[in-house]
Amino acid sequence: MASGIKDKVVILGMGCSKFGERWDCNAQDLMVEAFEEALADAGIERKQIEAAWLGTAIEEQHLGKSAVPLAMTLRLPYIPVTRVENYCATGTEALRGAVYAVASGAADIALALGVEKLKDTGYGGLPQRGRGALNDLFWPNLSAPGSFAQLAAAYRAKHGADKDELKRAMAHISVKSHANAARNPKAHLRNAITEDDVLRAPMIAEPLGLYDCCGVSDGSACAIVCTPDIARGLGKKDLVAVKALQVAVSNGEEVQFDRWDGSYFATTRIAAARAYKEAGITRPREQVSLVDVHDCFSVTELVTMEDLQLSPEGTAIRDVLDGFFDAEGAVPCQIDGGLKCFGHPIGASGLRMVYEMYLQLSGRAGSRQLGAPTWGVTHNLGGFPSQNVAAISVIGAYGA
Amino acid sequence: MSTADFGILSFGAYLPRARLQRKAIAAANAWFAPGLRGLAKGERSICNWDEDSITLAVEAARDCLAGFDRQALTQLVLASSTLPFDDRQNAGVVANALQLKSALRAIDQSGSQRAGSTALAAALDGYGAPGQTLVVAADARKSKAGSTQEMHYGDGAAAVLVGHGEPLARLIASHSETVDFVHQYRMHDRAHDYAWEERWVRDEGYMKIVPRAVAALLAKSGVDAAAITHFCMPGTLSRIGVAVAKRCGLGEGTVRDNLAAVCGDTGVAHPLLMLAAALEDAKAGDRILLAAFGEGCDALLFEVTPAIAQAGERRGVRGALAARREDGNYMRYLSFNNLVDLERGMRAEPDKPTQMTVLYRNRDMIQGLIGGKCRVCGTVQYPRQRYCVNPECNALDSQDDYAFSERSGTLMSYTADSLTYSPDPPTYFGMVQFDGGGRMLMDFSEVEPGKIDVGLPVRMVFRIKDADPMRGFVRYFWKATPA
Repeated sequence: MASGIKDKVVILGMGCSKFGERWDCNAQDLMVEAFEEALADAGIERKQIEAAWLGTAIEEQHLGKSAVPLAMTLRLPYIPVTRVENYCATGTEALRGAVYAVASGAADIALALGVEKLKDTGYGGLPQRGRGALNDLFWPNLSAPGSFAQLAAAYRAKHGADKDELKRAMAHISVKSHANAARNPKAHLRNAITEDDVLRAPMIAEPLGLYDCCGVSDGSACAIVCTPDIARGLGKKDLVAVKALQVAVSNGEEVQFDRWDGSYFATTRIAAARAYKEAGITRPREQVSLVDVHDCFSVTELVTMEDLQLSPEGTAIRDVLDGFFDAEGAVPCQIDGGLKCFGHPIGASGLRMVYEMYLQLSGRAGSRQLGAPTWGVTHNLGGFPSQNVAAISVIGAYGA
Repeated sequence: MSTADFGILSFGAYLPRARLQRKAIAAANAWFAPGLRGLAKGERSICNWDEDSITLAVEAARDCLAGFDRQALTQLVLASSTLPFDDRQNAGVVANALQLKSALRAIDQSGSQRAGSTALAAALDGYGAPGQTLVVAADARKSKAGSTQEMHYGDGAAAVLVGHGEPLARLIASHSETVDFVHQYRMHDRAHDYAWEERWVRDEGYMKIVPRAVAALLAKSGVDAAAITHFCMPGTLSRIGVAVAKRCGLGEGTVRDNLAAVCGDTGVAHPLLMLAAALEDAKAGDRILLAAFGEGCDALLFEVTPAIAQAGERRGVRGALAARREDGNYMRYLSFNNLVDLERGMRAEPDKPTQMTVLYRNRDMIQGLIGGKCRVCGTVQYPRQRYCVNPECNALDSQDDYAFSERSGTLMSYTADSLTYSPDPPTYFGMVQFDGGGRMLMDFSEVEPGKIDVGLPVRMVFRIKDADPMRGFVRYFWKATPA
């Protein structure tokens, strides 16, 4: 195996727009909002950026194709700019492009920006859209919640879980994320909710009710990364480094081969194992300080706790109900509110997760600051349980 | 050439599960058409939103062909007065769904309520033909809200396999009368039938034209009216069967139930449906007289053979009638039939084009539900791709065709999705694990709320996948339904 990227790249600056229903903004305005914060945080000028990656998924709703909208919006000086899309893991893919550019020595300073403007569709939820010429002929008529709801049925069948207890654990997950987001001024949904609210909410895709589903939001997040030497040269101290970046993509085994049981993410398990190895984490449940996962739906977060080796298989319901992942728990999860409440502007989400890790590790997370975190893990997922893209990052103090 | 081994080799039937309660129709329309109350008895079969004459025909054909070699078919006739396509061979879609060989004469037969009976008579007259003919008759009947047709009509299909072999019944004789007696009509640009007064239809139509045809048939065959055991004649006019039988000299006890109370008049399908029902009850030596009225009359006389006792298992009319779900939701029925302009929401708006190139290249995969089985490792998979999905194999171009449509399976996961657009929310879909290998994430049909969980046994059904209102196209695929 390759030596990996641990400590080869550090975060020079980050920015994140306010997420939410940004009726006042075009996608371009959100991009500027995130970029201005990142640029100021980095303490550089835009001409020092040598390469850039734009992550956006449903471009037909806002920016249109290619990387040109990033170059034009930020007035980047004829540098290489690339647009990436990999379902909802798009944001982490943009970061991976920038980080790999720096790690390879091709660029000293690189930019990754993710953006999505989803609230111009005229309705709630993600836009209805084609899935490809052939896929449209045979894929089921699915929504995102419908595809993720499959997890609940399969998880229940595999572990003999009680329907009501599973639903209560899912409710706990959403209640926790709302409570966390209340302390995050940039979050989309900052209202506290109760377990009862979740259980009584209208059904979206059985067993997922309204409060089991994440917000659909407008927003942008941005990272500027560089080599440790450059950062030190700019006078930066207490550097936050990228310890690992791993992606695993389904090759059809889950949906076509008779091995997978539908209750977990094969990709997440593989990407997490690789990321822990790259970062040098051997006991995730004990070592990981906090985690921001792709909680597009409550049940996704639940099974992901096992896929990330934070809960032993079959015990996530117990851990969740015991508060293991609450703000005061052993491994706080979604301390920023997560997709559920910070919001989910698709292309921005992976970068938004890293933004929270960066703030927490820098001690700049305000009223939601955790004690002294050392390892932050982000998990950004795109697609459907049966075929998807899992992207994991490990963020930590440089040299640690 | 001997005709002893030629005749009806098999038969099958299908009715949509949903049975609209006639009292629901009457109740909704009583303010305008109080007369409908007199017809408000029993129930009628109605298509689900994803059923049409093509999908009904496929189901009846599958029932008929169970245990038979589909490759022996050389001719397929699809008879219907409600063919979805005016131009595009509808029988060709059925043939592809049934995975019949391409060396096939396929015929769409339409234009009259007798389309099915005429097709059957023609197939039975062709006893010199080398291969087998499948005659499928199907109708998904349209009618205006509050009409008597809405009360009388039903949706359904029946199929009859004709050829050499061990016939269950042989044709003794047939006779057709063609008379331009317009009891109802529908021009090509109209959605609904226009009908004339029932009393005239009875007195001048049924009571004169059918007896003339039956008399000619009996004269041709040399069979005495008293020797007839089953008289099958579709028709929803009050007691018309008994009246016509009497006029023809047939005993009242020979008159078979026209199924009006349990499924309604399924139009072009109904003569074959009643014939199928008769065959289910028949014993060796029985004589079945089928009379189909409509701008004339087709009369066919059959003799049932001893092979009837060994006829294979099938759903048949009895099974189709039993597989029912009571439906009292008249508003939903109106919506399925575009009789009310329902607000479907923005999620119903996206364009759904079908690229004909893509459909053509993948027609067996899509319309035939053909996947692959790896010759190297034996893995069954869908869809069939160039490389085998087994990670320990990944062989290139190693797969033979593998048909999933007649395979059973169980649910591995599911949901009821209320967010995605469906004409009949919620959308049920999930992963099906097939017995014998292979799996598919696919749509379900005919799921009853609360009666679904992991492990539910399912079978495959051919249904409408999507409609493309912009270009006037419908595409088909297979769905899982509770077995």
